[in-house]
Amino acid sequence: MFEYLNLLLTDFTIQTITLGTAIIGLTCGILGSFAVLRKQSLLGDAIAHSALPGIAIAFILTGVKDTLLFIIGASLSGIIGAIWINSITKNTRLKSDSALGIILSVFFGFGIVLLTIIQRKPNANQAGLERFLFGQAATLVPSDVIVIGIIGILSLILIIIFWKEFKILTFDPQFAKTLGYNIHLLDLLLTSFIVVAIVLGLQAVGVVLMSALLLAPAAAARQWSNKLGTMIIISAIFGALSGIIGTAISSTNLRLSTGPIIVLIAVTLVLLSFVFSPSRGLLSRQLRYIKNRKSMRLNKTLQQMLEIVDSHEDFSHPHSIKLLNDLQGFRKKCLKELENLGLIKIQLNNWSLTEEGYKKAKSI
Amino acid sequence: MEYAVNIDDLTVAYKFKPVLWDIDLDIPEGIMMAIVGPNGAGKSTLIKAILNIIKPIAGTILIFGEPYQKNRHLVAYVPQKGSVDWDFPTTALDVVLMGTYGRLGWIKRPGSKEKKAALEALEKVGMLEFRKRQISQLSGGQQQRIFLARALVQNAKLYFMDEPFQGVDATTEKAIINILKELRSSGKTVVVVHHDLQTVPEYFDWVTFLNVKKVATGPVKDIFNDDNLIKTYGIGYQISIKK
Repeated sequence: MFEYLNLLLTDFTIQTITLGTAIIGLTCGILGSFAVLRKQSLLGDAIAHSALPGIAIAFILTGVKDTLLFIIGASLSGIIGAIWINSITKNTRLKSDSALGIILSVFFGFGIVLLTIIQRKPNANQAGLERFLFGQAATLVPSDVIVIGIIGILSLILIIIFWKEFKILTFDPQFAKTLGYNIHLLDLLLTSFIVVAIVLGLQAVGVVLMSALLLAPAAAARQWSNKLGTMIIISAIFGALSGIIGTAISSTNLRLSTGPIIVLIAVTLVLLSFVFSPSRGLLSRQLRYIKNRKSMRLNKTLQQMLEIVDSHEDFSHPHSIKLLNDLQGFRKKCLKELENLGLIKIQLNNWSLTEEGYKKAKSI
Repeated sequence: MEYAVNIDDLTVAYKFKPVLWDIDLDIPEGIMMAIVGPNGAGKSTLIKAILNIIKPIAGTILIFGEPYQKNRHLVAYVPQKGSVDWDFPTTALDVVLMGTYGRLGWIKRPGSKEKKAALEALEKVGMLEFRKRQISQLSGGQQQRIFLARALVQNAKLYFMDEPFQGVDATTEKAIINILKELRSSGKTVVVVHHDLQTVPEYFDWVTFLNVKKVATGPVKDIFNDDNLIKTYGIGYQISIKK
């Protein structure tokens, strides 16, 4: 950890990579929130895989390795993939999962073929395109980060401008249409930016794992907030954190590759959120459940006591604990708790209701 | 008579299967109309075609004498409750505010005026105290009331509702029908896709029988009879109707 902080302050390369992965995580966190809420999680995966032939074709046509060029190529083929998925679902009897599967594998397979062809070419410049498969954050240079940063800021501005439109498009597109919004245009705009967010991350995280960085921060953030705005901010923070921590871990120890580590961090955040979220988490749900059961058990015992007590004129008259033993649902622990709450008094083998306990039992 | 909606020769098909066939239908202004018919009769489709959500393959639809695009601000819509994901991260008030988006147009955000209107609508449907509640924590009936409130802030002249009584309890049904009757008495037109034939005479003054083709349309007292029920639903349905 200390070693990394030292590097972060002194090493320009580490600073560049960290900034790059942080912005990628941030952008993915923001746009991924919409992808998750629109139930387009798998679309993200298909788009990421569809981007690969675009990168290869961009290189074959120009012969240069340029980030902006790759982003344009990848975006175009990603968008083509998305459009094809859409039209397959619309015009055939295939459901969207089949359409996603087909497009994902066809584009990815085609991309791999192109990569193989490129590698056979006698060109010294050809090496390194495989990095788009699993990502290689170490190859990020300042000019890449500038491109990533500009596109990230653009998508942020877009979300702020069309906040209301994207919200209603996501929640109730048909209603939005009756209000006169061009939902096809909105859909295309939002999907395009989701494509761009995915493409931005390809160099660092890779085609295969990219969708995880898109979806994981949003899935985690959903656990912590019931408001769209807050959810997106948390998702952006989670995304950026995954980028920063992932880069930190991979740059210090063992020379682990960055993309997979970033994804693992993001997924860890998801797991932690599923367990520890106060309103939706598994832990709080279990605790609420236990608490409910406990209070129900106490109430039940109190009620049984009341039934016994009501047969006497004086409610504070002591009764034998044995008397309760014959009834169901009674436990020693339960009596202790009632005593601690000041609802009953226990003397030797007898119990009696206090005034407070009597009132409470009456009110159940 | 003034008409809220004029439909001529409307035909709608999904892929190859016709869902609505050659519908002519005029909806007079100021009535409360039920659209009834069996499952798959095209009731929701008819509403969606009028609201420009679905593109018909033939026919013309006029809203107060003009195409939908021109008069869409006069129209409010309550979709089926199940058409959205109620786990969406937002509050009841925020959903109701969406009813003002049509007036606001692109980019402009709802302000204090819109918020005031939304709170009034929430009060009208008896949901004011739930305004900050996350929508997934509302009961089915409460969600339906939120949708109704969203339509109320649209401040329209013509209301379309797609099965607003589905899965709501008797209290909510009464509350909703009272609001709809109030709308009608202030001169608005209300069109409801309705499933419960028993309550048609009690709730509505106008009815349209639909089963892909239009079977009949007119005042409930004139046309809500065994003859039309059999034509729409087939033999066996007339017995269950108390008149």
